Amino acid sequence: MTSEIAVKMTGIVKKFPGVVANDHVNLEIMAGEVHALLGENGAGKSTLSNILTGLYRQDAGRVEISGKKVEFNSPRDALNAGIGMVHQHFRLVSTFTVAENVVLGEPDSSLFMDQKAVAARVQELSDRYGLAVDPSARIWQLSVGEQQRVEILKVLYRGARILILDEPTAVLTPIETTELFKTLRVMVSEGRVVIFISHKLDEVMAVSDRVTVLRGGRTVGTVNTHETSTTDLASLMVGRSVEFNRAVRQVPADRERIVLDVRDLCAHDDRGRVALESVSLSVSPGEIVGIAGVAGNGQRELAEVISGMRPITSGSITVDGESVQSGRARSAIAKGIAHVPEDRLHTGLAAGHSVEDNFALKNYRSMSRFRILQRQKIRDQSTHLIERYDIKTPGSETPVRLLSGGNVQKVLLAREFSASPKVLIAASPTRGLDVGAIETVRERLVQAADSGVGVLLISEDLDEILSLADRILVMYEGRIVAEVEAAQADRARIGLTMGGITT
Amino acid sequence: MRSPVRLERRLEQPKWLNWVVPLASLVAALILGAIVLWITGKNPFDVYQRIFERGFAGKRAFSGALEMATPLAFTGLCAAVAFRMGLVNIGGEGQFYMGAVGASYVGISLGGSPTGITIILMCLGGMVFGSVYAAIVGVLRARFNTNEIITSLMMNYLAAIFLNYLIFNSKSFWRDPDSPQFPKGKTLSARADWNTYSIFGVNLPIGFLIAILAGSAVWVLYKRTRFGFEVGVLADSPKAARYAGIRTTSTIVIVMALSGALAGLGGAADVGNFRGLLDAKGIQMAGYGYTGIVVAALARRNPLVTVVVAIFIGGLTKAGYALQGPNFPSGLVGTLQGLILFTAVAGEILIKYRIRMTPRRSEVVA
Ligand SMILES: Nc1ncnc2c1ncn2[C@@H]1O[C@H](COP(=O)(O)OP(=O)(O)O)[C@@H](O)[C@H]1O
Ligand SMILES: [Mg+2]
Repeated sequence: MTSEIAVKMTGIVKKFPGVVANDHVNLEIMAGEVHALLGENGAGKSTLSNILTGLYRQDAGRVEISGKKVEFNSPRDALNAGIGMVHQHFRLVSTFTVAENVVLGEPDSSLFMDQKAVAARVQELSDRYGLAVDPSARIWQLSVGEQQRVEILKVLYRGARILILDEPTAVLTPIETTELFKTLRVMVSEGRVVIFISHKLDEVMAVSDRVTVLRGGRTVGTVNTHETSTTDLASLMVGRSVEFNRAVRQVPADRERIVLDVRDLCAHDDRGRVALESVSLSVSPGEIVGIAGVAGNGQRELAEVISGMRPITSGSITVDGESVQSGRARSAIAKGIAHVPEDRLHTGLAAGHSVEDNFALKNYRSMSRFRILQRQKIRDQSTHLIERYDIKTPGSETPVRLLSGGNVQKVLLAREFSASPKVLIAASPTRGLDVGAIETVRERLVQAADSGVGVLLISEDLDEILSLADRILVMYEGRIVAEVEAAQADRARIGLTMGGITT
Repeated sequence: MRSPVRLERRLEQPKWLNWVVPLASLVAALILGAIVLWITGKNPFDVYQRIFERGFAGKRAFSGALEMATPLAFTGLCAAVAFRMGLVNIGGEGQFYMGAVGASYVGISLGGSPTGITIILMCLGGMVFGSVYAAIVGVLRARFNTNEIITSLMMNYLAAIFLNYLIFNSKSFWRDPDSPQFPKGKTLSARADWNTYSIFGVNLPIGFLIAILAGSAVWVLYKRTRFGFEVGVLADSPKAARYAGIRTTSTIVIVMALSGALAGLGGAADVGNFRGLLDAKGIQMAGYGYTGIVVAALARRNPLVTVVVAIFIGGLTKAGYALQGPNFPSGLVGTLQGLILFTAVAGEILIKYRIRMTPRRSEVVA
């Protein structure tokens, strides 16, 4: 390995409304290495790589390629400097062929160019790097893994020397992952540079030469892979155990009883892949059970399945011994399951509808007579909830999408809590809120538990789980891989299991 | 390479926009039409004045406007009902034909019943035929997620073929057996002739009264009922609807069936109130289904406004027929309708978005 510096980013700052996504990040990448960028979701990995590829412009900081300062105004500029990126979300035209997609967007190409020559060149690249894919196949016919290969081919075709892959393994099967790693090794052996973004510890250990860890938008450090271990990386990724205040509980959970019982649950995700594999868990009245894990390991599907939004392929869900019908939200609501979904504005609420309509979203059927809505009842309910939950809104008729993030979440919580549920599923309930609102939401969750509701708290924020939950379950790749009492929780151990390492 | 003009979603939509923008679209369409006339060497003021006189001014002209408005109000409601849920039902045309087929079947078979009952049964016949025909599109959309624009359009062609088959290519129940040389529909029984009332000398077809009734019913359905609430949530966010336990599939099918029932009712009124037989050529030439889309767009999907706008477009259409001749441009009314649709859709964008000019070299944030 040469010691020439291929990419050097110093003091990169990028702010978005309300968040500092990159806070003086430093990154140094050598020629001919696979450099992993490790960090939890929201750590700022994608933002950093989008700056490197000219998609975003940094607010401050300096980017050097092979020792020369560069300023990119567009991905094209970055490409001209030899930088190409495979995004988390593919950018392919599904009705075009592989070859057409590869040349699409080339500055001096048109779709009428020599198809044969293109196909031959694509074939050659695909053979050389072990990226098996038929150049004449149409994108919609390909599996997700194959589509990713097309994205990689696209970048190689344009002669990129520096390749960035943003969480490429998230969509791959284990075998495809192994193949991808071989491809990456071939690329670096030719002197190219690969920046491999991931939050999975064992993959980072397996494929990279060096690792830079990001946490909360900052660089935690860069280490040589062969001089580190998954344990060290895990604690770098989730941070040293900072002091956190355990929420004060007035009423302890009634561990003798069980209110929510989930047995051997299996379910698919939107693409039809297995998302939940035989998940079993139970929640007692008054207990807060935290589900920790990096996003995309089945947490969203778990929440959707329990709240009846997604059908189960096998297993059972019962509330107080009564079973909830698979994929029937109404059944879940009737059995007393409240749900605060991750996507508040478009799943938990109808954003274009008024505050009062959103309060009635689940109980409008009881607010009607002879199928005619009783508007006055709906208005009264709204006035009452606005006051009781201290919601800042110009009025009952204001569309929810005009409210601030904190108040949007308050509308949702007010509706769910006021239905006197037995079980509450809360998915990332404080994400994107400001400090004050976070406090309020957490207090409300604790109050709900104190009043005997069984709470299932799903969050990527380990601190949140550690400070609220009585018991912690860790999810990884659709399974519950660990269970600990919060009192005995060891932060580093949890970080390790979140990254897929079981000890 | 970015355009300096940007559309930015309005956070709040001021209420007055809902009135001003459609009126402005209409004026814009008339101005564009005037430019076309002027280029082709006609005097736009002169032409517009004649349209106004023949379309709206006076008892006779207004009677004509109401006659045309009757089928258009129904096809307009058909489009509006589906648009409300974000479904684009282009199939009002075919559903209208099917309604005419159903209603004329009833009108031919029922000789002895009193007129009132016959009208009700013909309405039912038209609604059943229209709604079943539209429900097919709804089922395809709800179950297999096929694009309803394409399926409903294809169903229009199918309906036209079916109509021609009934009258021209078969000895069907609908065809007049006494006229083998010149194929035409069988005349309905005398009792099946729908009433037309004369009020201050203006002819008010009962079909138009039914349209007002239907428009009001749709308004109540969408504004006041549980079902309307469900449709509203589904239109706003399908995910939120699923979350709240609203049955997406059946709601889509019901809305499409309702949409088709309204077009079918229009077909019934057309047969009963005006033509008195299944006039295969005539209703295809009229193209009420397509014009109904213009009506609904200009009315911004409001069912009550739809009925009013139908009078306006109806008068315009009637004037177009009446004025046909050497010194009246024959394609003018069609062109005007096209322009109105165009400006109404553009207006819709202006209500939702505001136009912003951005300096050329701005920072790119994807
Ligand atoms: N376009 C954007 N607008 C606003 N906030 C953003 C945008 N992109 C990322 N963020 C925020 O910046 C932070 C870092 O995000 P990201 O770089 O995507 O993290 P990662 O890829 O490590 O998961 C997050 O808090 C995220 O919500
Ligand atoms: Mg990311």
